[in-house]
Amino acid sequence: MADGTSVPVGVMTPAMAGARRAGSMKRFAQRRSTTAFLLCLPLILLVAGFVVYPAFYAIWLSLLNKKMTAFVGLSNFAFLLKRNTFQLVIFQSCLFAITAVIAKAILGFIIAHLMHNIPGKNQRIWRGLLLVPWVVPLALSTLTWWWMFDPSYSAFNWILEELGFGAVPWLGVGWIARICTITVNIWFGTPFFMIMYLAALKSVPEQLYEAAAIDGANAVQKLFFVTLPMMRNIIAITVLFSLIVTFADFDIVRILTGGGPQDMTHVFATYAFQVGIQSGDIPLGASVSLFMFPILAVAAFFVLRGVTRRTKEIAA
Amino acid sequence: MSSTTAVAENVPQTRRTHSSLHRQRTWALWGSYVALGVFVIMFLVPPFYTLMTSLKSSAEISAQQGSPWMVHHPTLENFWYLLTYPNFQTFYLNSVMITIATVVVSMVISVLAAFSLARMGFWGSNVLSTGVFLTYLIPASLLFLPLFKIVGFLGLINSVWCLVLLYPTLAVPFCTWIMIGYFSSIPKELDEAALIDGAGYLQMLWRIFIPVAMPGIIAATIFAFTVSWGAFLYPLAYLYTSNQMVLTVGIVSDLIRGDVFQWGKIMAGVVLASMPPILIYAFLMDYYVAGLTAGATKG
Repeated sequence: MADGTSVPVGVMTPAMAGARRAGSMKRFAQRRSTTAFLLCLPLILLVAGFVVYPAFYAIWLSLLNKKMTAFVGLSNFAFLLKRNTFQLVIFQSCLFAITAVIAKAILGFIIAHLMHNIPGKNQRIWRGLLLVPWVVPLALSTLTWWWMFDPSYSAFNWILEELGFGAVPWLGVGWIARICTITVNIWFGTPFFMIMYLAALKSVPEQLYEAAAIDGANAVQKLFFVTLPMMRNIIAITVLFSLIVTFADFDIVRILTGGGPQDMTHVFATYAFQVGIQSGDIPLGASVSLFMFPILAVAAFFVLRGVTRRTKEIAA
Repeated sequence: MSSTTAVAENVPQTRRTHSSLHRQRTWALWGSYVALGVFVIMFLVPPFYTLMTSLKSSAEISAQQGSPWMVHHPTLENFWYLLTYPNFQTFYLNSVMITIATVVVSMVISVLAAFSLARMGFWGSNVLSTGVFLTYLIPASLLFLPLFKIVGFLGLINSVWCLVLLYPTLAVPFCTWIMIGYFSSIPKELDEAALIDGAGYLQMLWRIFIPVAMPGIIAATIFAFTVSWGAFLYPLAYLYTSNQMVLTVGIVSDLIRGDVFQWGKIMAGVVLASMPPILIYAFLMDYYVAGLTAGATKG
């Protein structure tokens, strides 16, 4: 790689003949693109070997039987779709992702606005404190939540009992457990929304608000006609990122409930883990996680198309 | 909205209502502080509870008396137990080794690629940058089963080093993306000047681009660190003996024996394991935030 990079641009003096100059320019460009390609090679190998190849391999695996000896076509998918548990998994994944993302988006928006109200010097401290849930690794902080949801002598049940209510079996009853997993996800993900919105709020030019104020706009109108339109791209990107991460979430459900009670909290990732790793049926597990792909791809397509279109509008 | 009439109406009003406007502002400010305070308390409940529990002795936890939110007899015995516990030391050491290796590998790959994609370009480089971005959108839980077969084929099941191969796939796309943004913002005149002075591309990258884009490099490094320190699915799926485990899975699998939950020790483990990210965050918060929001400003 070393000789490809030491391109002697400096020796190209004006005295050189025109023809030779064109030739060396061509060679220069060629070397340049070879070097460029070599610099990208590690990235290409990594992505090809551990992302693209596994993705196609997953499709191939999902078409095999449990022992991976025979080709069974789409019968893994057909089997899954008929299974009651898997229908629950689809419902729960969507419920988990959609409620959590909406709640995170709204809470993050409110907190970012509150934060934007207070003077810059104090913002750092508040922002610093509010980002802590995002900084602690999720697998570790979920352990704390697990402990707080403990049925016998736990943080929440103690408060409830002090207030005269009965103890709640947090992770033991289907719907409560679902709400618990969603709550933990909201707690973890809201700071991310907050920080993205705060950056976006700061990038809205002050003149726009002044112009709106001169036009007699009140706070609500400023929000809907200035802030939100200016932030649309960032909101879209943040929601897309969060949707993907939330939809594919593994840590929270795996640690808090392991999918229980009666499979009522399983999401795609945890169910794929249970089927593929714990029961050893890798093809069926691969089929489970492949169900995520079309849903994510559709979401990504529409969000990114919208973002590109708006970016072009701004540029035009 | 006709702006001229609005201005004409507003001028006398603003003078009259100046003091009440000021009072309104003060109220809004205090309201914001109070609301933020409520949110901060809500969001910091779990960390607080972790800390409280980690300071309790096992006897105090199993006695189940008094408020669980308070420590009655603070003790460091859980921390001491973990620090002198060989398994925990192994988890910590493994985590540190894997994270350092992952960060180095990811940063080398992504800085080289970002430099090439942002500045040099070759046939298909635009497709590649889009592809890198799309790779970032593929979650780990989509690929862990085929990767299980691939890791097995490489003979790396239950070897902590398989993580050094796999973690970069989680970190590199985003790091490359951040770095492309930072490198593109460096003025073109700088590299022209370097080329005229006879510098090669690698020299240019090393002497100019890396120093100038240092904030971006720090932000990307922090991102790679966070990803590899906190990842849970891959180690849980591919590692099963305690000498090969990392912190995120080790704490769960080692401190929970059957039905016995040693909550004090688990929480102390959580505190110790969260220390590195928290410290980095405390000292480099601005870079951390810059890395997080890089997507927003560039996208």
